[in-house]
Parts: sequence; C-alpha cells; structure tokens
Amino acid sequence: MTGDRILMRNFDRPDSHTLAAYRATGGYTAWEKARGMEPAAITEEVKASNLRGLGGAGFPTGTKWSFVPKGHTGPVYLVINADEGEPGTFKDRYLLERDPHALIEGMLIAARAIRSATGFVYIRGEYVEPWRRFGAAVREAYEAGYLGQGFDVVVHRGAGAYICGEETGLISSLEGKKGWPKVKPPFPAVRGAFGMPTIVNNVETISHVPHIVNRGGAWFASLGTRTQGGTRMFSVSGRVARPGVYEASVAITLRQLIYDLAGGVTGNGRLKGVVPGGSSAPILRADEIDVPMDVDGLRNAGTMAGSAGVVVMDETVSIPEALMVVARFYAHESCGQCTPCRESTGWIYRMVHRIVEGHGRKEDLDTILDVARRGAGTTICAFYDGAVGPYISYIEKFRDEFEELIAR
Amino acid sequence: MRTVQFTPEQLAEVRRLQALYPDRRGALLPVLHMAQDAFGWVSLEVEEYVAGLFELAPAHVHEVVTFYTLYFRQPKGRHVVSVCHNLSCHLAGAKTILDHLRTRLGIEVGETTPDGRVTLLAVECLCACERAPMMQVDDRYEFDLTPERVDRVLEGLR
Repeated sequence: MTGDRILMRNFDRPDSHTLAAYRATGGYTAWEKARGMEPAAITEEVKASNLRGLGGAGFPTGTKWSFVPKGHTGPVYLVINADEGEPGTFKDRYLLERDPHALIEGMLIAARAIRSATGFVYIRGEYVEPWRRFGAAVREAYEAGYLGQGFDVVVHRGAGAYICGEETGLISSLEGKKGWPKVKPPFPAVRGAFGMPTIVNNVETISHVPHIVNRGGAWFASLGTRTQGGTRMFSVSGRVARPGVYEASVAITLRQLIYDLAGGVTGNGRLKGVVPGGSSAPILRADEIDVPMDVDGLRNAGTMAGSAGVVVMDETVSIPEALMVVARFYAHESCGQCTPCRESTGWIYRMVHRIVEGHGRKEDLDTILDVARRGAGTTICAFYDGAVGPYISYIEKFRDEFEELIAR
Repeated sequence: MRTVQFTPEQLAEVRRLQALYPDRRGALLPVLHMAQDAFGWVSLEVEEYVAGLFELAPAHVHEVVTFYTLYFRQPKGRHVVSVCHNLSCHLAGAKTILDHLRTRLGIEVGETTPDGRVTLLAVECLCACERAPMMQVDDRYEFDLTPERVDRVLEGLR
C-alpha cells in the first residue's frame, strides 16, 4: 500500500527538474499518446481514474473538466493553482522544484481535453526558487517544441495572500485585482478568468494526469479507494521523527502515515492530536487515527482530507496555544469581503489570545463556539468554514485544557 | 526629471508582460513586483506611475498594493528576514527564533535596523513545515533554524 512512488519517482535524481531527465524516464510519452485521442476520451479516462482535486476541495477532476460549456467558441483558460499556502502543506513546492515537466505535460493533456490554448500557472509570491525552476522548465518546453504549438503557458507570480488559493480569489488576483473571491454561480468553468470558461486545478492534481493517460484510468482508480483513485503526496510535520513529504495510496491510514512512514511521535512520544489535512481540517484525537486518508474516509471521520498537510502534536503541546496560532492566521488572512468572516476571525483570535494569556472569562468558550457556528455557511467562499473547523474541534475535543487556563 | 521612471528596457518588459494577458491589467501584480525591485518600495508616487502604465486610477492600484503582503509601502531594509510563526514552526520553536532575532538586531517585528540593513517580519505559513523552524531571507528559504544558525545567516547579510 505504501511506497508507491509515482509523482516522486525522480525526486532523488539531482537533475530531476531537467527536460533531459524527464524524457529519460518516459516524460512526454503520455502527451504523444494524448495527441491522438479525442478531447472527450481524455476526460473520460480521467473520470474513470477517480482522480480528485488535491488542493483542498477534493472535487472529481474529470467532472470539473466536463463543465466547460459545449459549443463555446471563444477562449478557454487552464489555470494551475500553485498558490500553496495551507498551513502544514508543502508538496507543490517539491513538485515545482523537482518535477516541473510533469506539470507541463499534464497541462498539455488537460488543455487538449478542455480545448484550451492558454494556461496560467499562479505561483505564490514567496516561492521564488520554485518560480525560477518552473520558469526554466517552461523555457525548455518551448525550445523543445512542446509549448508554443497550439498551447502557451504564462507563469504568474502572486504577491502574498492566502485567499488567492481559493479558486475564484485566484482568478481575481490573476486579473490584476485584490484577491476577493467571487459569488458562485457562475462557476469558473462557465465564466472564470477574464470572463471566459476557466478550469482551475492544483499542481499535484495535474501532475498525475500523464500517468493516467499512459497507464489508464482503471489502473489509477485501483490504487486508491472506491471513490478516490491514486496516490497523493502527504506533507507530514510537527512532532514526528521524520517530517517530510510522503507519497502513498489515498487509502493509507493516518496511523500508518504517522508511525510507519514518518517514524512516530517525538516530544514525549505520546500522541495528543493531529491535524490531517492542513490547518482548516478539524483536529483528531489520538484515538481517532485509524482512518483512511481519502476524501470520503476523512469526511466520515468528521474532518477533511484538504491538502493532505498532516500536523502532529504530542502530549506536551498546548492545544489552546496551537489554536491561538491558527486563529491568528485566519484573522490575518481573512480578505474582509464578508462581514461574518472579517469580524469573527478577529473576535475569536482576541478571545483565544486572552485565554492563553490567563485573562479568559468563563463564558468565552461558549461565545467562541456560538460565533463560529453562526457564521459558518454564510460567506461567499469556504475560507470561514475552514476557520470554523479548528475553532470548534480544538475546543470541543480539548475543552478541559481551555477551562484549566480560564480557571487559573 | 521624475525619480520614478522605468528604463526603456524595463518599459519594454512592461509591454511584454501586458501582452501576455487577455486584459493587460493581468500584468499588474508582476509589474508591481518589477517596480518594487526597481524603486525599492511601493510609494504613492510609484502607485501613480504604475497606474499610468495601465491607464488605471491610482486608487485601483492602491487597493491592490494594500491587499498583498509582499509590497512594501515604506522603505525596507537591504535585507528582509521573514520568520514563519504558523503552526508547524510554532511547534518547532519559532518564538525562540523570533526572540533571538529581536535581541540580536535590537528591533521589534515590523521594524528596520537603524543602519538600514535588515527588516524583521513575522509571517504566516511559507510551506516548508518539514524543516521547521524556518524563515525567508530575501529570495532564499533558511531551514532547520537554531539561534546559532540564525547568527551565521545574519553574518552573511551586509
């Protein structure tokens, strides 16, 4: 089940980012194959693979592609979300730096499927080295004639804002505006970047596509669970012996990931809690880790697979302090467009901060839970719901720790 | 002669960037990065100049500049040191690293040393959690920080 290195198969080669190394290991053969396929057949293969979006939302990729309106004759844009920013996640940084041609080849294939002639790759502004690496790969792909023959790629740098990882916020930012998410519908597949149908996919999602074309959707589906195919890259950090990025079947359990791959828990050696899918995923207690890491497995466990950023906390970690850090992040990154999010993220951060500083009031915990629940589902995008996940779960699962601080 | 003015080569690059997007406004963020590199920081004068290049109202450029964290709206140091203080770095001792930097540099977070050498910032997740605690120094990520390692990095900054 573990150790299936598909995306990461070349990561140990020092020249893995070069066109020569990519081609020497079968690179661009999937594109050669896809050129002979009808666009609809490519989409059907990706549907059959059960590939789901790996940036956070977990939406079925082939289905998303099929939403581009039939009969649309104007431009269609393919936008790659490389605005990696979910706390605890670092997989796309590795892909951009160590296998940029996999993304380019995946883009070529996806663009054929959705009939796009222009792709944009939106890379977070802080990722200077990944941006240089990817840019160099794009130049190689132009020189080799993969790009510029019906499909062009524009590499775009962001400027520091977590909300631009939200697909409609990303589109606003790509259009040269502040990164405010847009009301849906219309969904981007119908009316997206620059007013045209746009498919936004994550780096890792698209990097899987060449393998699906080469080895078949059924093969990819067989690697995962009934409702999600393939492997994915898990970012594991926090109090573990071997923090790092691990590729494994999406069916791996959280326990296997922590103990078999990441070497077990450090600190005092005993697990207290773990965030399984980036900071927006509700926290799990030590007795809740026998769950498969696929989208539906974690949803059934009351949390989410998100971006597969796993953050491990041992018994010596203060959960209220951890929530304060997380709440500070959401207060800082709220884009300010929707009132419930703009106000609540600030209120809740200040209340958690006051509890940690020893000035908490008895009613604070219920006030936080009330504010969190009232705002959930009332905003334009999923950002606030993502903040509510940790607010509620940290307090409900570790309430005694907060009460102890308040009683002091 | 105005002080805020791209060279002819830079202006050609602005036009090239603008032509990459279906609407030239798409190039606003990249051109603001260019402007910051050229002029050091994004003053109101720079905003006005860039607005002219896009035929936008300066207020529209101001709205963009103030939304993002990577545009500096006051002069910054020759080097910018940004310490991640999000969850994984917090668990790995980011506070110790930040405290060490504040002491060594004699400034608070958000300030610049009087000699203009270093601006110190605390930032949200830079997505290098596997090597926490970490920080960004200008274009570079510095990993697996200890106070000793921070000192070595600071020695390299002139």
